[in-house]
Amino acid sequence: MSAEAITIERAAERRAARRPGVGKVYRWELRKLVAQKRTFIGIAAAIAVPLIFTVALLADPNGGGPEGVPFGEYVRESGLAIPLVCLFFGALWLLPLITALVAGDIVAAEDHNGTLKTILTRSVDRWQVFAGKLLAALTYTLAILATYVSVGVLAGGLAFGFEPLTTLSGTTVGVGRALYLTAAGTLTYALPLMAIASIALLLSTLSRNSAAAVVGTLMVSIALQIIGSISALDFLDPYLLSTQFNAWEGLLREPVDWAPVVRAAWVSALYAIPAVAWAFTVFLRRDVTGG
Amino acid sequence: MTTAPPIEARGLVKRYGHVTAVDDVDLNVSAGDVYGYLGPNGAGKTTSLRMLLGLIRPDAGSAKLFGRDPLAEGARALDGVAGFVEAPRFYPYMSGRRNLEMAAALDGDGAEKRIDEALETVDLADRAGDKVGGYSHGMRQRLGIAGALLRNPRLLLLDEPTTGLDPGGMRDMRALIKRLAGQGMTVLLSSHLMGEVEELCDRVAIVGNGRVLYEGSLPELIATTAGHYELRTTDDVYAAELAERHADVSDVSRTTDGITLSADEATVAKLTIALGMAGVGIHSLQARTATLEELFFRMTES
Repeated sequence: MSAEAITIERAAERRAARRPGVGKVYRWELRKLVAQKRTFIGIAAAIAVPLIFTVALLADPNGGGPEGVPFGEYVRESGLAIPLVCLFFGALWLLPLITALVAGDIVAAEDHNGTLKTILTRSVDRWQVFAGKLLAALTYTLAILATYVSVGVLAGGLAFGFEPLTTLSGTTVGVGRALYLTAAGTLTYALPLMAIASIALLLSTLSRNSAAAVVGTLMVSIALQIIGSISALDFLDPYLLSTQFNAWEGLLREPVDWAPVVRAAWVSALYAIPAVAWAFTVFLRRDVTGG
Repeated sequence: MTTAPPIEARGLVKRYGHVTAVDDVDLNVSAGDVYGYLGPNGAGKTTSLRMLLGLIRPDAGSAKLFGRDPLAEGARALDGVAGFVEAPRFYPYMSGRRNLEMAAALDGDGAEKRIDEALETVDLADRAGDKVGGYSHGMRQRLGIAGALLRNPRLLLLDEPTTGLDPGGMRDMRALIKRLAGQGMTVLLSSHLMGEVEELCDRVAIVGNGRVLYEGSLPELIATTAGHYELRTTDDVYAAELAERHADVSDVSRTTDGITLSADEATVAKLTIALGMAGVGIHSLQARTATLEELFFRMTES
């Protein structure tokens, strides 16, 4: 082996030892999200909706709560019912839309703008780039949901008091227990929402078009809700992603009904895992021609 | 172990439907080359570069950079390699420096420490804090070079780096490429600008319709057209007759103000003596080699 070859080989070994990992990609994906306006549009919506709902209730002091909605009748008894009602409403299109806004854009925009080739000609492998983007999209999804619920808790608590909460079984739980159950319910709610993010990521990867991915994800979400509302297709209900957005209600019964929570976990995985696997395979093998 | 060449491509093919964008392309770039990849728009230059960098998969053939295949070895195959395909792209909502910080983070290997030096090299240090969205085309091109330099490359792949630049920007960019090549960097320069390739490159591949029409030394290519002369005399008709009678003279033809012919130097000397003895005065005699531009059009339009 020549001296030059040895030097090059050693340099390559040193470089390999200092190669960046998924963590680096993930951190920069988050920084990119923070630098983009669309990220804050989603966050603003997640803050605004619970606030608007609370203000609307305050503006009509003699009115009741929303009818036919879990915890709707208790919103004026305890502010802690507000985030739970917001969760119910959020599943219709708001939270899927906010989730899709980022997850549907995260690959397509880079492909369209040509920055994907910028990343893929550095020292990170494609699977690392994909993993970083997936983690960033899921982090954003969780952050949006946490913001949405936290604002609901704060706004509800300040407007109607941090009072004990009446559960769906009619029993009353203290403030601490109610907050704990709300947090657990939020985590349960996050499962189908992360599946929505996975579908958005798949559409983003396949379509290479942000708008198509965002709208497509919303259409999938609404289509599942429509299927869930057709009585002839009731047998499909337990397996629809839209149904899993109600699984958290099981935690607010006494005793706790774990069955919907467990089902939400595996049904969400049933949607999310194939979507991620498909997106991963396409991302790894695709021709990067954009930009 | 022997040191593998910076670029070694064999039989690269890429098809898009019925269109063959790259057709059986072989490339051999040796260490220290400033290699021109010359072809008209749509000749398959960018597609070839994308395959070299592992951005797209060839339908046939293989490409190796320093002996490593980007498709098989991923990012590891790009160690010591940098550059850009088409225009360099950055995040417009981040500053130039922020973009370089991200690129450096994804490079590892202490690339962060080279950011200031790279910005100085491309003369962008003063505007590094501005968002890239407000950069001119030339500034983005220079930022692209800065991004490439962060990788401390041994091989630089540049796809039409002067396209869209004003004359001053083109001059500066060429000076920068010359400087980098002077530091021992191997450069593959894809371009459709003959003057640029002639000025910067010592080896070329000329491509047309996806195929390599010529690959080799640029001076040798131009030398293949030596032996052509333009002659103006006091009696061009007689000069042409005399030339045609000479066994070692070929391709004699009349032009509007003289004749052209092909012959070696010794034969031309004999011809001028014969003309003088016949009482024909010589106004001018010029050796004429084809320019790269002429060769390029001859190859790509034939």
